[in-house]
Amino acid sequence: MNSDRPDTDEFAQFRQTFFEECAELLSALEEHLADLQERAGDTEELNAIFRAVHSIKAGAGAFNFTRLVSFSHTYETLLDALRDGQVHQSEAVTAALVRAADVLATLVEAAQEGRELAADFGEAEGAELAALLQQAGLARHTDTPAPDAVSAVTDDTSAKSASTRYSIRFAPFPELFRHANEPLLLIRELMRLGDVAVTCDTSRLPNLGALEPEDAYLAWDIEIETDRPLADLREVFEFVDEDCDLVIAPEAHLPVAEPIDDEESGTATMPAEATQTVPHPHLATTSQLPASTAETGGAGQAAVNQKSAGVTSIRVDLARVDRLVNVVGELIIAQSMLVQQSHSDAGDTPQLTTTQGFDEIATLTRELQECVMAIRMQPVKSVFARMPRMVRDISAKLGKKVRLVTAGEQTEVDKTVIEELADPLTHMIRNAVDHGIEPPEVRLADGKPEQGTVRLTASHAGGNIRIELTDDGAGISREKLFAKAVEKGLIAPDAKISDEEIDDLIFAPGFSTAAAVSDVSGRGVGMDVVRRNIVNLGGRIAMRSEAGKGTRFTLSIPLTLAVLDGMLVAVGREKYILPLTSIVESFKPDPAHVRALTGGGEVVFIRGEYIRLIHLSRIFGVSEAIPNAWDGLVVLVESTNNNKIGIVVDELIGQQQVVIKSLHDNFEPIPGISGATILGDGRVSLILDVEQLRRMPDHVSGRRERASAPCSDTGSAPIPSPEAEAPLAALA
Amino acid sequence: MGKRILTVDDSKTMRDMVRFTLSGAGFEVVEAEDGVKALSLLDGTRVDLIITDINMPNMDGVTLVKKVRAGTSHRSIPILILTTEGGDQKKAEGRAAGATGWIIKPFAPEKLLQVVNKVCPSS
Repeated sequence: MNSDRPDTDEFAQFRQTFFEECAELLSALEEHLADLQERAGDTEELNAIFRAVHSIKAGAGAFNFTRLVSFSHTYETLLDALRDGQVHQSEAVTAALVRAADVLATLVEAAQEGRELAADFGEAEGAELAALLQQAGLARHTDTPAPDAVSAVTDDTSAKSASTRYSIRFAPFPELFRHANEPLLLIRELMRLGDVAVTCDTSRLPNLGALEPEDAYLAWDIEIETDRPLADLREVFEFVDEDCDLVIAPEAHLPVAEPIDDEESGTATMPAEATQTVPHPHLATTSQLPASTAETGGAGQAAVNQKSAGVTSIRVDLARVDRLVNVVGELIIAQSMLVQQSHSDAGDTPQLTTTQGFDEIATLTRELQECVMAIRMQPVKSVFARMPRMVRDISAKLGKKVRLVTAGEQTEVDKTVIEELADPLTHMIRNAVDHGIEPPEVRLADGKPEQGTVRLTASHAGGNIRIELTDDGAGISREKLFAKAVEKGLIAPDAKISDEEIDDLIFAPGFSTAAAVSDVSGRGVGMDVVRRNIVNLGGRIAMRSEAGKGTRFTLSIPLTLAVLDGMLVAVGREKYILPLTSIVESFKPDPAHVRALTGGGEVVFIRGEYIRLIHLSRIFGVSEAIPNAWDGLVVLVESTNNNKIGIVVDELIGQQQVVIKSLHDNFEPIPGISGATILGDGRVSLILDVEQLRRMPDHVSGRRERASAPCSDTGSAPIPSPEAEAPLAALA
Repeated sequence: MGKRILTVDDSKTMRDMVRFTLSGAGFEVVEAEDGVKALSLLDGTRVDLIITDINMPNMDGVTLVKKVRAGTSHRSIPILILTTEGGDQKKAEGRAAGATGWIIKPFAPEKLLQVVNKVCPSS
């Protein structure tokens, strides 16, 4: 046997497994042979027998049991011929198969015990199989294949030759990618064989509109200097041979390289025979290199050439991108400042050319900003991809059967958002598997499929990314949620709250629905933390659950934390920003349609619906604001759960893209406010948080009372009155 | 994240050898006994390369390749088929179904690694 294969000895540890498997395979073989005797020619039986013999052969090959390989190969060949109908199953054939099985068993046994069998053992049976094949005119491959297979394995012994220079033209057919081959990996493989200079030929690239994303368009001209034989180079391209035009020519075949005095001379640099076999319509544009590298012979040039080979992305320090984003943000502020200045300089009628110029700058700035933001955008895939593993691990641990289905992995969102999403999502999915999906027996008893499904999807909705997490588990009824909240002392037993407020209880601090603390979900971190994470991202989370059917969480998070399309509104001397995406409409209400409620607060009747009105002036204690809704405007806004509220403002100033500055980082969180921005005139304006506003009680306070709203998300904080501008100015 | 490789083979010996060789080189290896199990494992699991045997019960390797290529989640990942010396016909069938390349059994560990690195480098 080949003692010069120390490598496969690494596999020796698997011998035991192999013999255990052989025992199974041999008994299966016997069983199926018995069945075959009753059902001659049965394909299923033949397939099973073939597989058993084939598996024994494959394993035997790995451990170098040559006699076993040789015999099982002959055996397998006859079985294959039987399957194909080339040999018909007669009594003689069946008998031969059974005898061969016995020989195989003995060979396995001998291999296992390391016993030498007589030299002629199994010879008669082997000859019998070969004879049957020969009768059918199939004398193929009955010789022992093992030595060949073995030598094919050890291919690195080829004698080193002096280094040779080859010129390779590698032009994939469009369908190359269908087999998931990757040209760049092949080039990388070549680089291991020698010094490589690569030129990428992009001439087949069509216009973007005509580009088929799954087709291969690039071609490569590669110069390689290697001491390996030509066969090694060919082997690199082994898998793509049928999917490309490939010419590998030794340099000696190259025409003498002419000095490159002008660009035209490059046209003749491919080897003559290569140009005969492969048409190179685009050679002129790409072929300066093969000849010239030969001349300069420079490794430096090689490096340069490699660089040009299809680099499509670069890695950039995130801090640099952040700096860029910031500068663009400042640019936008400066630009709107300039617009404002020119307006006040020229009165109401600025020069037409000035206006046009500003419009153009505005468009360009906006575009610039979008480009910069796009740099930070990444598919959510990186987060989603971590989840299947986790689901597998947890469900295995809990003895549950859970399938995770993901969709929309390609949805892009700001990198910061992605990073912040990982924790809450992990937590929620863990919850879904732990508390949501029932054990298999419970599911079966409930008439559900044994395997639970957790679905995680992402999509774009306006300026937001919408993530949905659905499970088809036990769910929870509103009654149960309510009872639990009462039990935990979160609400009074007689509290009257809406359905959706009940759903929201799951996010209340101190609320946990787990019947028992498990080591999977643990204790402590609850959905309140998840919500805080999401809210910190400027996002919203809502839950809807139905007992027996499952639970759905809906997350809506701004695509970027840096910029917001806003509507600037005036309230007294204050200006606030409302996120444009939340605005449904604005209208001037009829005084008759505005009703005061007994407990305080106001509603407006519009299109058969009562909408709660929120006076910003009252909540934030702004003076000199218009007191009555009908004298000002009502902006109808919508929060995550499609809950509408009307926000009473003095007037709408205009739409504006604003750069968000965090209050968390620069000041402190304020209920009803999600952030701040700097306006063109240098003043700080606060960005309104519609969802929080909706949850806030009406603090009717014409007085300058610094209301502190009991909002669980953020705790209590002083509401800034106009004087609060001083500390906020630090944001700039 | 390290590359994850799915080895599909009805022979535990083969799966063990593939696992041993590849996990030693820093790959994460997951296993399936046949095409059907491989497909259900692929559903919801990221895999960077599939190495599959041809002859398997329930669903053979060629059918597996076809199904993966016809699906959505993994249709562009490389797939290597395990064939035996002289199995040119199987090789061609696998190719036609969409396989990326092949490995000839029996293989030495470094040969397996060499081929794997060609289509799915560990780094």
